[in-house]
Formats: sequence, C-alpha cells, structure tokens
Amino acid sequence: MVLLYTDFATYLTTDIILYTGAIGLLLIGLLGLLILKNIFRLLLSLVIFESGANLFLVLSGFRTHGVAPILINSQDNISQMVMNDPVPQALVLTAIVIGVGIQALTLTLIIKIYQRYQTLDMKEIHIKLEQDIANIAQTSPLASQDKPQYMTNQTEHSNKGISSGGQV
Amino acid sequence: MSKFSTLIFISGLSFLLIVITAQLPIAHPPMLIGQHIIDNAIQDTGVSNIVTSVVLAYRGLDTLGELAILFTAASAIGLLLVTQVNSSAKQVQISNPNFIIENALNLLFPLLLLVGFYIIFHGHLTPGGGFQGGVIIASAFFINILSKPFKATDSEIEKSHQNLTIIESLSGFTFIAIGLYALISGPDFLSPFLSHGQLGSLWSACTLPFLYIAVGLKVGAELSSLLITLYDSEELKD
Repeated sequence: MVLLYTDFATYLTTDIILYTGAIGLLLIGLLGLLILKNIFRLLLSLVIFESGANLFLVLSGFRTHGVAPILINSQDNISQMVMNDPVPQALVLTAIVIGVGIQALTLTLIIKIYQRYQTLDMKEIHIKLEQDIANIAQTSPLASQDKPQYMTNQTEHSNKGISSGGQV
Repeated sequence: MSKFSTLIFISGLSFLLIVITAQLPIAHPPMLIGQHIIDNAIQDTGVSNIVTSVVLAYRGLDTLGELAILFTAASAIGLLLVTQVNSSAKQVQISNPNFIIENALNLLFPLLLLVGFYIIFHGHLTPGGGFQGGVIIASAFFINILSKPFKATDSEIEKSHQNLTIIESLSGFTFIAIGLYALISGPDFLSPFLSHGQLGSLWSACTLPFLYIAVGLKVGAELSSLLITLYDSEELKD
C-alpha cells in the first residue's frame, strides 16, 4: 500500500511539474509579447512561447511507464511494451524546424528595421514609420493621430492634414 | 495601467489553463492513431525509430511542405538582405576571433561533420535524423565563418552560394523523385518501396534512409546559406 502511494505521488508530482512548466513557459512568452517594447525581446518572447507550446504537445503524448517509441532489440515483442505516442513527437519536430525559419526571417526584418531607423524601440519605430508613410503620401503625420493632447491642437492639426491632403 | 491589465489577463489565463489541464486524463492520451502506428509501423516500413516512420512514411507529404516552408524562409531572407550589400551602411566593428575559436575549428569541424552525417544516416535506427543532422552540419560551417570573419572574398562567397544552391536543389529533387517513383510503381506518393531489410541494421527500412539523407543535405545547405547571407549582409570587411 505504501509502495502504491509513493508510486502515485511521484507520477502526480512529475506530471504537475511538467505541465506547470509548459504552461509557465507559454505565459512568460505571452507576457513578454504583450508588455515588452524592444522588438528583439519580442522575438525572444516568441521563442519562449513556442517552446512552451512544443513542450505541451510532447507532454500530451506521454503514457504512464511509457518508453521512447524506438525498438532496440529485434526480439522485443512490441505488443507488450508501453510506448509514448509518436505522432506529437513528429509534429513537434516539424514545429521546431518551422520555428527556426520564422525566427531567422524575423531576425532579418529586425536587422532591416535597425538599419533604417537606428532603434529597436517599438514606439520610436512607430513614430518614424508614421512620418515615413506621411512623407511618401505627402500628408501631415499628425492627421491620423489617435489621441491628441489638446482640443485646439487637434482641430489645428486635423485642418492642416485635410488641407494638405486636399492639395495632393 | 496597461501593464496592470496585462498582468490580470495573464493570471486569469493561467488559472483557466491550469484548471483545464487538471481535468485532462494525464498520461493516458485519448488519441488512438498513435497506438495503431506503433502496432503497424514495423510491418509497414521496417524502421526501429517509429517517429521516423511518422515523419517520412505516414506524414511524408507534411515533411515536403515543411521543407518548402524552410526554403521559402531562406529565399525571403536572401531577398530582404541582398539589396543591402553595396549601400553605404555603417560598417560593423568586430574584433578578431580569439585563440580558442581559431584553434577549436581544426578540432571541431571534422568532428561536427562526422556527427552530423552519423545522425543523418542513423535516423531510422536512433533518435535523430535529417533535420537534426542537417542543423549540426550547418553549425560546423558556422564555426568556420566565426573563426575567419575577414578571410572570405566576394567571389568565394558567390561560389559557395552557387555550390549550396546546387546541393539544395539536387536533394529536393531527390526527395520528390523518390516520392513520384513510389506513386507510379506503388500505391501512394512517398509510400516506402524496396525491401524492409533486417530490423535494426543500417540497410533497412525501405527508402526512408534515402529520404532522410535528402532532407539532411537540404536542411544543412539551406541553413548554411542562410547563415552566409546573414554574415554577408553586415559589411564585416575591415
């Protein structure tokens, strides 16, 4: 009876630790994606998010007393062995490789943004991008400001935006 | 205030996820397809590593799509970074590689290549396979780049790009050619043919080792060319 209890306790704690780890990685990644401002850190948060999802998927194929789905001796009787589910493992292999491609592409975009704007801060990039778009479209950058400080400024800027837009 | 609301959102989500996970049948997966594959993979393909049979035989079409995604990412990176080479961007200041990296190259480069090819060739017997081995081969070439950042000339880089493109195209062609031959001679696209061989020996598991060699060479060539493109975009010449 004692043996049974310890067996149950070890499996329960291992499962809880593993699942909490997977959920924790997911939430850390999501939190980073939501509150960080540096775009390189956003990429790192995405990587953590992805590894949490992968760990969760692999855990979903785990069986009690299961071994890796690899046959070592040809004499082994496969029907008597408990093997973990191979399908989530193959899925995660696919997901990791695709993740590398996505990370490399994101890193390339970050390099291009840094070469153009000399900053990695998302707010500064947003302001500079708005200015660039306004320059190309030949309108005032403040015409589409979503939260003006003063009512007078707002009317002034919106008038300017409309008038300059009208000239184009 | 936005950070506070984000924290509330995250804590609510964590509560939800933990409650849902606690009700899952832990360690008793409800999927039936996994047990079916475990029971039948050895009669169908003759592999020891059942994950390989899922990756290359049962879901071989997905692997082809995955290679296409990797190829698309590598092409997009090349497209984004290639216009930058002759511009007057600031040169990146990097120091000379230190003693350890320069001398570790002679030791590590052959060993990494050996381990990479070993993992590719034994993908149907042991954990590992084309993707993992390809990444190790690419890392061998990346150590080469790290230890000699100033030595490559533009013509050498151009030539290595051409060689890598040839390897990549040939291995991709091999993968699709094996799949098409299986479609013409057998039941399905990418279904394994040839003999099963003796379980656990190197020459076994039908056509899966050849498919994994093609995948390994393609992944290695793609990641190497990706790293060379990234290296080439920063004007490292001193």
